[in-house]
Amino acid sequence: MLSVKRKSNSDRWFDITNYTLLIGFTLMIIYPLYFIMIASFSDPNRIYEGDVWLLPRDITFEGYARIFRDSAIWIGYKNSILYAMLTAIIGTSLAIMAAYPLSRKDFYGRNIFMLFFVITLFFNGGLIPTYLLVRQLHLMDTIWAVVLLAAVDAFVIIIARTFFQSLPEELREAANIDGCTNMRYIWSFVLPLSKPIIAVLVLFAVVRQWNGFFDALIYLDDSNKYPLQLILRNILIQNQPTGSLVDDIQTALERQRISELIKYGVIIIAALPLLILYPFLQRYFVQGVFIGSVKG
Amino acid sequence: MSQASDFHFINKKRSNKLVQIKANWELYVLIIFPVAYFFIFKYMPMYGVQIAFKDFVPSQGIWGSAWIGFEHFQRFFDSYNFTQILKNTVFLSLLLLFIAFPIPIIIAIMLNQVAHHRIKRFIQTAIYAPYFISTVVLVGMVFVFLSPNSGLVNHIVVAFGGDPILFMAESEWFRPLYVFTEVWQNTGFASVIYLAALAGIDPHLHEAAVVDGASKWQRIRHIDLPGIAPTITILFILAIGNLMNIGFEKAFLMQTDINVDTSEIIPTYVYKMGIQRAEYSFSAAVGLFNALINLVLLIVVNRTVKRLNGTSLF
Repeated sequence: MLSVKRKSNSDRWFDITNYTLLIGFTLMIIYPLYFIMIASFSDPNRIYEGDVWLLPRDITFEGYARIFRDSAIWIGYKNSILYAMLTAIIGTSLAIMAAYPLSRKDFYGRNIFMLFFVITLFFNGGLIPTYLLVRQLHLMDTIWAVVLLAAVDAFVIIIARTFFQSLPEELREAANIDGCTNMRYIWSFVLPLSKPIIAVLVLFAVVRQWNGFFDALIYLDDSNKYPLQLILRNILIQNQPTGSLVDDIQTALERQRISELIKYGVIIIAALPLLILYPFLQRYFVQGVFIGSVKG
Repeated sequence: MSQASDFHFINKKRSNKLVQIKANWELYVLIIFPVAYFFIFKYMPMYGVQIAFKDFVPSQGIWGSAWIGFEHFQRFFDSYNFTQILKNTVFLSLLLLFIAFPIPIIIAIMLNQVAHHRIKRFIQTAIYAPYFISTVVLVGMVFVFLSPNSGLVNHIVVAFGGDPILFMAESEWFRPLYVFTEVWQNTGFASVIYLAALAGIDPHLHEAAVVDGASKWQRIRHIDLPGIAPTITILFILAIGNLMNIGFEKAFLMQTDINVDTSEIIPTYVYKMGIQRAEYSFSAAVGLFNALINLVLLIVVNRTVKRLNGTSLF
């Protein structure tokens, strides 16, 4: 792009400062994550003494072994996967059912429908009226409170609509002339062409549900329905590793140190699914944000 | 045009509409489902907001409860901790606006100057990752790192000869920690939009400036910054419109009995009064008060900015 020139003095200093600051900032972001990972494998006594910095010390899998034996964490894991899947299926279906008609110029009333959805971006009932509604609908302590409330919002619909608008109009006209009904057209042409946007919608829903805890906190009572994040909150923040995790350990000091080890381990376990998905997340989230911001 | 043909024209238009609706009846069947969802889960709570002006009694329902006007609002304004809560909310919001808002812009401009494509890509990937960490895990990490006897941060403090700091038990640490974790988690994601705006600047401008002997710093000031100013403006308006919507989850999770005098903000107060103490009408009024401040701020800022430089949201 630019012709190769001798860099001026000021530009050289700029580059040096720029790289230094950026590298410092990047380290500040990734070091905590890296530390959690090495700490989860290290002897808790070495962590306690402050020996763990760059490499794990006296590698141990005791933390993970205890986590794997704990039933609450696995129930939470299973629940979170179930809720994320249901949210993805229901949320994505609803988003497409709204967005596709809205993308069609020959859909009479599209502006009114669009307004109906978009208003909810600016106005909402707030926590208490929503809570009372969930009670009134008898959804308290059911998984549907957690799944349905997080299913879809207007932002997601705008993103999907923008995508559908980019599908070629000629294709639909040709299909129409051949006597193809709307439903068949959607099923055999629109959906197969929409894999990228479906991926965006599914990932949005999965991340939203996987990381959420608040709806579960206020709507669920039965601990067998708790998603992983709620279990994690008890372990990480309320500092109560459930009995079975540490109750065989004799001394209080030892118990405290093992608890720390378990904390590092559960952070890794909880982040694992999203870390595995990270390459996709990075690609599709950026795409989704851009599609949304073009029109938004 | 004669009246008769006018009538005919309207009639024809109407029948066209019907033909159009009939031809696309399946689309209306499809959209019924999301419309029903939004009606139930988004509009019904809006209808429920009226309990802020009522003495809500569950057995009498939302409609049946008696109107009492602004009594709940008055009670909130008169309550002993009103000033404290409002101050906490506004102060935390302003901190976020002045610190967490500009940092992604600065990082994007800096990254944009990195000529080495792979280094740029690596940094982007790395700083983007925390966005996908849940609030629970984020706050959990804060607790683990700041633990007075085993946390990494206090190891460093002690190594430099200090005494361990009880971060989560000292209320003056709540705001710095809140803002720092916000920067840590969201900078990468927030910088993506600015990077795209920077990539959209005409490269000829930079080439011409280089020919004229402009330094990198001068090009940032005179080409990059003006180039992304509209993007910054729009995101600034949106940020103001969300000023009072501080991430409730994080404040709630970081709150301890001891730091409550800085960490109690309007959303956590609504939760406490509404869900835990079941004072539905009162807490709905507090929530509505918060939402109204937001709406007013959004409109005022949007207008001001529009008058100043012509960019606006609506």
